[in-house]
Order: sequence, then structure tokens, then C-alpha cells
Amino acid sequence: MRRVVVTGLGLVTPLGADVETAWKNIVAAKSGAGTITRFDATDYHTNYACEVKPADHEYGFDPGKRVDHKIQRQVDPFIIYGIDAAGQAIEDAGLTDMTDEQRFRAGCSIGSGIGGLPGIESESLVLAEKGPKRVSPHFVHGRLINLISGQVSIKYGLMGPNHAVVTACSTGAHSIGDAARMIAMDDADIMLAGGAEATICPIGIAGFGQARALSTEFRDEPWRASRPWDQGRDGFVMGEGAGIVVLEEYEHAKARGAKIYAEVVGYGLSGDAYHVTAPHPEGSGAFRSMQMAMKKSGLDVSDIDYINAHGTSTPLGDELELGAVRKLFGNAIGDLSMSSTKSAIGHLLGGAGAVESIFCILAMRDQIAPPTLNLDNPSENCAGVDLVPHKAKERKIKAVLNNSFGFGGTNASLVMKAV
Amino acid sequence: MSETADRVKKIVVEHLGVEAEKVTEDASFIDDLGADSLDIVELVMAFEEEFGVEIPDDAAEKITTVKDAITYIDENQG
Repeated sequence: MRRVVVTGLGLVTPLGADVETAWKNIVAAKSGAGTITRFDATDYHTNYACEVKPADHEYGFDPGKRVDHKIQRQVDPFIIYGIDAAGQAIEDAGLTDMTDEQRFRAGCSIGSGIGGLPGIESESLVLAEKGPKRVSPHFVHGRLINLISGQVSIKYGLMGPNHAVVTACSTGAHSIGDAARMIAMDDADIMLAGGAEATICPIGIAGFGQARALSTEFRDEPWRASRPWDQGRDGFVMGEGAGIVVLEEYEHAKARGAKIYAEVVGYGLSGDAYHVTAPHPEGSGAFRSMQMAMKKSGLDVSDIDYINAHGTSTPLGDELELGAVRKLFGNAIGDLSMSSTKSAIGHLLGGAGAVESIFCILAMRDQIAPPTLNLDNPSENCAGVDLVPHKAKERKIKAVLNNSFGFGGTNASLVMKAV
Repeated sequence: MSETADRVKKIVVEHLGVEAEKVTEDASFIDDLGADSLDIVELVMAFEEEFGVEIPDDAAEKITTVKDAITYIDENQG
């Protein structure tokens, strides 16, 4: 089987719009949460989220850096974040000047959980108020989920597989796993893979609020709201942004002298077949997803040093995931560190699995496990597991596991190791 | 330059993200300013909003340059 490695990284997050800034802030235990600025959310279920900061902010995002003015006007923010993160990853991998031969064998697998919700909302209001002749001619292709892959392929001339995963909050992890398989199966040598999301808009907050999924009790101190495994957790904090990696066939990367961050060695997928929003009460889907990824990796559970958990800070999910990890890892659970970076940047939904895979890679690069913020009083079931509370922890990290679980009962796990 | 011309050029600059100097009256939206057919649909919508005129599809098809737009608006406004 052809081996697949990671040779480029790109991030747009609430704590930084490039890889090094975001990672520095994550390790420094900063929080990206704050009162929502995009609209007045005073009368909504919650009025806080983790927004990507504007360009003039210390770690803000400048859309003009990699996205044309015209495209910025036509497409939803999730596509803008995606184009930028993909550009960062290509630049990082040193692949901005590919030959035609390379570009025929280079593709995209960049998805989103929901797609262009803010634009669907605002153009629906235009339709209702002004009629069909005032709806933007760019409405459809400015909102479609596969249009990050579309835009990126056009911008960089990538003529290989053009794919977009839609599996709610598992999208980012499935995107990387699927793309790795495309390379392993010889459909491509290079794949841009990951996910993006931007749904901090009135209908997004109202919709997740009505589903009783959001944290609501921390209006005065939003940075304390995302608290995975803590007894005071009351739901997730919405984040936004994008995470995209360059995946490359190992020999191809080696031949051109590319910097190799990690190897993707295991990928597992499963369905809960239980409930649309609630996780399986025994965590069986999570367990089988991790089990499959571990089996494919050829590693022993004792080889895993760090787990970036799905850990959304919802009352049910966090402990069920930990239970599934405990069941699979047995006594080895006492030797690993497991944290949730959603405590710092919130839940990026379709972007989460990709952003968190990048944090896993950086944890291996720097030998440091990022912290779980606000873990003041862990739930009783958390005893005996290092959940990296409050502060990052220096430790040996040679192999990592990343979990993502989504509405509909869709689960994905990735195992990566140092090369 | 007429007031209509000023306002038309401002809309073109904003929508197409081109430099103001390039938006001459003879400039073709597609050949000189990098627009595609959907960009023109959007421009026509913006002209309708800005000037309170209605530009039917058959008239919109004949608007290919900045000058075509200014002339149509001046002839059909109010």
C-alpha cells in the first residue's frame, strides 16, 4: 500500500489566521471566545461564540491576503476561510509551482458541515422582501459545500479528484481520511484535505440553540463557557474557521525533498445507528471508529501518546467518549494525555476534525500536549486520565489519535505518527 | 463627466474589484474588466437598485460597455 504523509498545513481559527499564531495561542491557554459581534445576539439562546477576528486584531484574519476582491463579495465566509487555509498549506508544502504532470495528480477533498448558512439566510430575506429578481446570481455557487474544493482547484490548477465530504462535525476528519485513501489507492499523489465552517449568524445560533446544543450560562464570562469534562459544562460554544493539510504520497514527498510533518497511518469510520443528535449511550460508535483506526495503523494502543478528543463540552458526549477510550485502551489510558482544544477555539463543526488534526501534528512536532481550558472540577468518570487541565504539558508524543463525531451518528478517527 | 457616469463607475469598481482608472466609458465588462456573464447580471441588478430603473433581459444583453450602461440609464430613468 502506498504510504501517505502530511507536507503542508493551513489554519484560520478564532485564535489566529496562520498555523504558528494559532498554535502559540493554543499552547499559551488563550481563549477565542467572546460576545458575538456579527449581529446583536442579546435575545438569543446564547450571545457568545468563538469568532475569527477581524484583520486589525492582534491575531485577526485578512481575507484580502489570498482571496480576490470579487470572490470575497460572491461567496460565503466558509469558502473564504477555506481558500485561505488551502493557500497556506500549498505555500507551506512548497507546491505553488507544480508542473502540469503534478497537477493532473493533485486534487481536493475539502468539506463543510453546513455550508453557506449566513448567505442562505440573508438571500432568503432578500427574496422575501424584494422578490426573485434581486437574489444574487452567485447565490448557489457561493454557498455550495463543494465550492472550496472547486475554488481551490481553479486557483491552483488542481486537476485530480475533486471531492467534498458532508458529515456534520466529522467532516474535517473524514475529509483527511478519504483523501489519504485516494492517495493510497493511487488516484492521486497530492491532496488538499480538510474542512471549513462559518455559521455564526442569527439562524445558526437560533437553530443550534433550539436543538439545546449550545452553552448558555456564561454570558458574563464567555471564555469560561467551553469546559469539556468539567462538571459545570452546559453545551458547546460555536467556533468558525478552516483547517487544511497537504497530503502526499511518501515517495513523491521524499523525492522532492519536502518537509514531512507526519504519516497518516490509521483511519476508522462508523455509524451509531441510534439517534440524530444524541450519542450512543455506550459510546459504541466512537469505540468502533477508534478500534478500526488503531487496527489499520498497525500500532498498539500503548503507542498512542496523545488523543485530541471530540470533547465538545456537552453534558452527554464528553464522558461517553472517555468511556469508549477507556474500553479500547485499557490500562494504557494511564500513560497517555488527552485534551480538547475546543475549550479554546470552540467547536468548528465541519472544520473541527481538520483543525484538530493539525494541532495533533504540531503536538508531535513540538512534543507538547495542548491544554483543556476550564477543567476545574472533572466529572467523576474522568479519574485516572490526564486531561491536560489548564496548562499545556511537555511530554513525549510520537503517535496521536484524533476523534470527531457528528449529528446523524457519524464517527471518524485518525491515527498519525512521526516519520 | 455626468453624475450618472460617476455612479455607474463606482458600482463597477466595487462589484468587479478593478482599479477606477480602468473603468473608462469604452471599457467592455467582459473583455477589459474581467467580468463573466453572471457578473453582468449582478451589475445590472445593482444599476436597477441604484437608479430605480428596470432593465429587462433583452435590454441587459445589449449592455456590454460602461457607456452602454450610462446611456441606457440616462434614457430610461424617471
